[in-house]
Amino acid sequence: MGAFAYVAPTTVAEALGVLEEHASQGKRAQILAGGTDLLVQLQSVDRTPRTIVDIKKLEEANRVEVGADETFVGAAVASAVLNENEELKQRFPGLIEAADLIGSTQIQGRATIAGNLCNASPAGDTIPALIAIGAVCVIASESGNRELAVEDFVTGVGTNALQDGEFLVGLKIPNPPARTADAYLRFIPRTEMDIAVAGAGVALTLDDAGTCTAARVSIGAVAPTALLVTAAADALVGTSVDDDALAAAAAACSAAASPITDKRGTVEYRRKVVGVLCKRAAAIARDRAQA
Amino acid sequence: MSKVQVETRINGEGVEFLCEPQQTLLEVLRETLSRTGTKEGCATGDCGACSVLLDGRLVCSCLVLGVEAEGKEVTTIEGIAGNDGLHPIQQKFLERAALQCGICTPGLIVATKALLDKHKNPDEETIRYWLAGNLCRCTGYDKIIRAVQDAAEELAYEA
Repeated sequence: MGAFAYVAPTTVAEALGVLEEHASQGKRAQILAGGTDLLVQLQSVDRTPRTIVDIKKLEEANRVEVGADETFVGAAVASAVLNENEELKQRFPGLIEAADLIGSTQIQGRATIAGNLCNASPAGDTIPALIAIGAVCVIASESGNRELAVEDFVTGVGTNALQDGEFLVGLKIPNPPARTADAYLRFIPRTEMDIAVAGAGVALTLDDAGTCTAARVSIGAVAPTALLVTAAADALVGTSVDDDALAAAAAACSAAASPITDKRGTVEYRRKVVGVLCKRAAAIARDRAQA
Repeated sequence: MSKVQVETRINGEGVEFLCEPQQTLLEVLRETLSRTGTKEGCATGDCGACSVLLDGRLVCSCLVLGVEAEGKEVTTIEGIAGNDGLHPIQQKFLERAALQCGICTPGLIVATKALLDKHKNPDEETIRYWLAGNLCRCTGYDKIIRAVQDAAEELAYEA
């Protein structure tokens, strides 16, 4: 049966050593970042003993770097800390808005974007927002860091691409070119603190004439994983992101969705709403890119 | 199962305790350290009754492991009042009758402390958003909001 243990390594190598040792002995180890999903699961659905590997003492996992070429957000950085970072907010308003939609003040004091991603809920709000801005997972493993696009990281409901012995150190986001902006919107029946019925993240670039030259659209809570919808992006590129283009992008999102019916919404409702959210998020991103 | 020794500071005082690796800070506070001012509501991070400050940041102590308190500064409801009596936030909660059963009150007061440390003069919307993670099933919130507004005013006056 084994016993619970807790370790808080101070280097990535040490953390990998712990994971490797457990993997080779067939023992369970689990990464702890903010803990807002892990601790709830630990007390309800999955009480089996394991070694908890806290990554909050790793320098890399705590790093936030808004650099000249790219931005790095460490896997242990709480969303409240990100929300206080004006530079980051200005660069990726959509991502920070998505993080700010999750949970109460208390939850945001602990919860991390990387944790939201690893937990791999279909309705995780930061996942479409990360996909829209082209974020890349930086995964530590014994053979060195490997990188994987966020849209390829989540493999199913609650599952991700991490192999035994690996963990997510942080997220790397390419710097947006000039006249580029992102936005994320979700629908919930309450005003806050709820799980998305549907969500859409959009990032787009305009040229000097206001024509869209690049776009990425991602939708959430309408399929087992968040989806990158290239057809929606294609509907925006080459247009001035006018009403016709927005309607075409919305239709592409509705077509790409494969939602389920549950207590939060029906298949038909989610399919329609995700299109509306795409349209509105794209309009916000357009207006931000013009500003 | 081997217990872990943890050294932390609670309300300004050095504290050492032993806990199981999977035990929450809430459990440690209430059951190991007998500091029962911090309440357990849901134990799943939804209700805010167990709110404490961890290095000054508002968190649910049910979603923090006891071992994570190592080297940290924890502020609980027991650390809010000063030597010469109630904190103005506590006083205003009394004056406004901003409580009935009282289970949510310690968490609300700690959350209000965190709010007013950060925003000196919050508007009602800011207060309501900030405290949205603290559920109260008795009062309907209005008296709580008035108490927070009064406390903000008094603290600004004192400053």
